[in-house]
Amino acid sequence: MIEVLTPGLLSSLQDRGRPGLAHLGIGRAGAADLPALRLANALVGNPPDTCAVEITLTGPALRLHRDVEIALTGAPVAAEANGRPLPGWTPLRLRAGSVLRLGGMRHGCRSYLAVRGGIDVATVLGSRSQDLNAGLGPLDGRALRAGDRLPLGPPGDTTGAADHTAWSLDPRPWFDGAAARPLRLLAGTHTTLLDAASREALFAASFGVAAASNRVGCRLDGPRLALRAPLELISEGVIAGTVQLPPNGQPIVLFCEHPVSGGYPRIGQLAAVDLPRLAQRRPGDALRFAPIDAGEAARLLEAREQRLLRMETAIARRRTGS
Amino acid sequence: MTGADCAIEPLGESALLLHFGNIIDRALNDRVHAAAAALRAVALPGVEDIAPAYASLLLRFDPRRWPDAPLLADAVREVLARKGSAGRAPEPAAAAVVELPVCYGGEHGPDLAEVAASTSLTQDEVIARHAAGDYRVAMLGFAPGFAYLLGLDAALAVPRLAAPRLRVPAGSIAIGGAQTGVYPSVLPGGWRLIGRTPLRLFDPARAPPARLAPGLRVRFRAIDAATFTALSEHDA
Repeated sequence: MIEVLTPGLLSSLQDRGRPGLAHLGIGRAGAADLPALRLANALVGNPPDTCAVEITLTGPALRLHRDVEIALTGAPVAAEANGRPLPGWTPLRLRAGSVLRLGGMRHGCRSYLAVRGGIDVATVLGSRSQDLNAGLGPLDGRALRAGDRLPLGPPGDTTGAADHTAWSLDPRPWFDGAAARPLRLLAGTHTTLLDAASREALFAASFGVAAASNRVGCRLDGPRLALRAPLELISEGVIAGTVQLPPNGQPIVLFCEHPVSGGYPRIGQLAAVDLPRLAQRRPGDALRFAPIDAGEAARLLEAREQRLLRMETAIARRRTGS
Repeated sequence: MTGADCAIEPLGESALLLHFGNIIDRALNDRVHAAAAALRAVALPGVEDIAPAYASLLLRFDPRRWPDAPLLADAVREVLARKGSAGRAPEPAAAAVVELPVCYGGEHGPDLAEVAASTSLTQDEVIARHAAGDYRVAMLGFAPGFAYLLGLDAALAVPRLAAPRLRVPAGSIAIGGAQTGVYPSVLPGGWRLIGRTPLRLFDPARAPPARLAPGLRVRFRAIDAATFTALSEHDA
């Protein structure tokens, strides 16, 4: 069991979420940075979709009530246990009674703490993800708070598991701390309805991630965009990465807890491969878009998936020493 | 266009939007549900979500399974064309009917008097007209289990509240513009509350979790406050 001493700014339990329920008004939720979740799980020998803790900007303090093996991925977060600093992107053993203190992140926005065996709360509609916006999921879908006691799954056979780890992953392919690099955007249904200045600004301007951004959506500061003529739309399905333009002219990139439908013009669709990079943009970061076509977006997504699978396999070999 | 008679638009590399029109209309929405039923029946591999809206249908899929979205669009068109030629999809009249008991007015419907005033009807007339409706779940959205219903008597259309409530009680029956719906859980909301059902509309521990699913027909039955209390499934 893990006891939450202090929750940090916003910590929640996340796995890959609950796809397949959009027709009931239920969104997917799940980890904002899915590759980071998968790699954290791989490092501790868990199946890829095991439930872990998603940490936002400032981490929690946790008391460990049994010996555990953990790993930290995503944004680099200050971490220490029993006065000893802890590195990310590597499996770590901590003794029962230890207090794991996670601090701030100098850049990036979200880190993942995986524990061998996983956080073993009961599933809700097939997932342990906390949908904070809908209030759905374990602990009634609310963020972690002081006093929460999180059960752990059985660690299984850990003999031979890296006791020692002289190795760690190179985070660079998996964590994009360079906010200057543009996110790739596919044309949306209503992109061509933007006025000339707005169409130009969409790819030329530097936007900023607004303070009101969260798991529901990333709200953009910057130039106000406008359509050539007002457009009355009825509610339609949307997905994570859909860029909506509300009447105030400030685009919103829908994210993992977005409502399943929306009625604002859709001026773009973030390439799925860049959703984890969006997850790592924090309020105040700059954000630019670069155009991409569907074929290239699909190719990049597949290439990333192949790299992830290879990495998961390599980590598993490393762990078992085979 | 093909027999499917819908425009298919990719939404990025992992979703398609099937457009059947761009108005809120019962016949149009019937076609959305028929298409959803046909696509659910064939269960195309890698399709993870089939989510109807008023006049469109969202298909979310695994882009690894369908790296070339136009191929999936072709497969969808074929399914819909086959449905069209092999006779109609399930008639809406055959759709299952869910009856919801409703206690109208009083503490459960705090806006009933205003709705009556702005429609120039008596409160009893508003109740009679609302309860007489033959409704259909057009789509779910806004929150888990929130059903948008088609079929509101046009005389009952009223503007939304200028200032939305922060907490609408679960089970509240409401009118917003020309739409009516039921709040499945405690939510913020700007629709006018005319009554409340004692039944729980959304419970993640139940299968299925939402009592109202897309395409179902809904009838309301007026009950009194004592019956509401007796039937109440809401947390005290």
